[in-house]
Amino acid sequence: MRLNYPSNIKIINVPCTGRVDILHLLKAVEDGADGVYVAGCLEGDCHYVSGNLKAKRRVTYVKKVLEDIGLEPERVEMYNLSAAQGTRFAEIAREFTERIRELGPSPVGSGAKAA
Amino acid sequence: MVVAESKPIEEILAMVADFDKILLTGCKGCVTVCNAGGQKEVGILASALKIARKKEGREIEIEEITLERQCDPEYIDQLEEPIANDKYEAVVSMACSVGPQYIAKRYEDMLVFPALNTTFIGGSLEHGVWAEFCQACGSCGIHNFGTLCPIARCAKSLLNGPCGGSAGGKCEISPEIDCVWHLIYERMSRLGQVDKMANVVMFKDWTTSRDGGPRKIVREDLKQ
Ligand code: SF4
Repeated sequence: MRLNYPSNIKIINVPCTGRVDILHLLKAVEDGADGVYVAGCLEGDCHYVSGNLKAKRRVTYVKKVLEDIGLEPERVEMYNLSAAQGTRFAEIAREFTERIRELGPSPVGSGAKAA
Repeated sequence: MVVAESKPIEEILAMVADFDKILLTGCKGCVTVCNAGGQKEVGILASALKIARKKEGREIEIEEITLERQCDPEYIDQLEEPIANDKYEAVVSMACSVGPQYIAKRYEDMLVFPALNTTFIGGSLEHGVWAEFCQACGSCGIHNFGTLCPIARCAKSLLNGPCGGSAGGKCEISPEIDCVWHLIYERMSRLGQVDKMANVVMFKDWTTSRDGGPRKIVREDLKQ
């Protein structure tokens, strides 16, 4: 399957989204990412039981922090999809890119784009 | 442990509004255990403050340091080097409110701000949930109440409870809060001590609490 997704997406691999920390997301925003999303496995399908649920809670926390400091919380998001859903992966990448495009560049500065 | 929580970030941003270079100090004691002011929370707050200031177009330089404890003068020494070498305009402490007071005492000319609200003496109920268990009244009598503290855990600090508001094991102030007097009754029943509840507990001598002014403990055997 050869699917296209926007080239502005920078992918950072983690063994499980449970490894994604609040600080990782904040640092991305701090370093100028216009948006950051976490692509975790489907809920209930985590190999480590609850990694994706933990990631979801951390994403929610970061959204709250961004809101508190006057940045759009939509710049951070959690998505769930399985490793077999390549089409969905490309779709999410396009969806999120579109959302960020509508929001415009981050007022924090330029640099890395979404991950 | 002392349980604390972060002040709203807007409040902290307002505190540091005039500064461009600050030292953010965490504490590896109680506030690390209650996830409010340890190394990790220092990193998160520093990043959030930097994002907010970058957004305003006025970047802030933040050095992060987490001390062993901020409630012992010997550990405040760890601030000696950064404060001597770098021109910080202010220090923000993420310890309980003892920390900022210790730092302010040591560095008389330095502006020091608290980033946390020190909330209570308590323990964790589960990961991410803490509750109050002690009010530091200075003369513990919990053994008279089934080893449960009615001073800290009853909304009215009743010594001869429960009040008329106890319903279904919950306190009248909130269905989320256990009526401690219900718990006391259950536990004393289990221990076969329920008859003791008929004894009237006399009023408490509060001189050991805050009513006797700020408290101090002097241990001659330890003093140098
Ligand atoms: S309901 Fe129970 S805990 Fe609440 S105020 Fe009355 S005695 Fe105290």
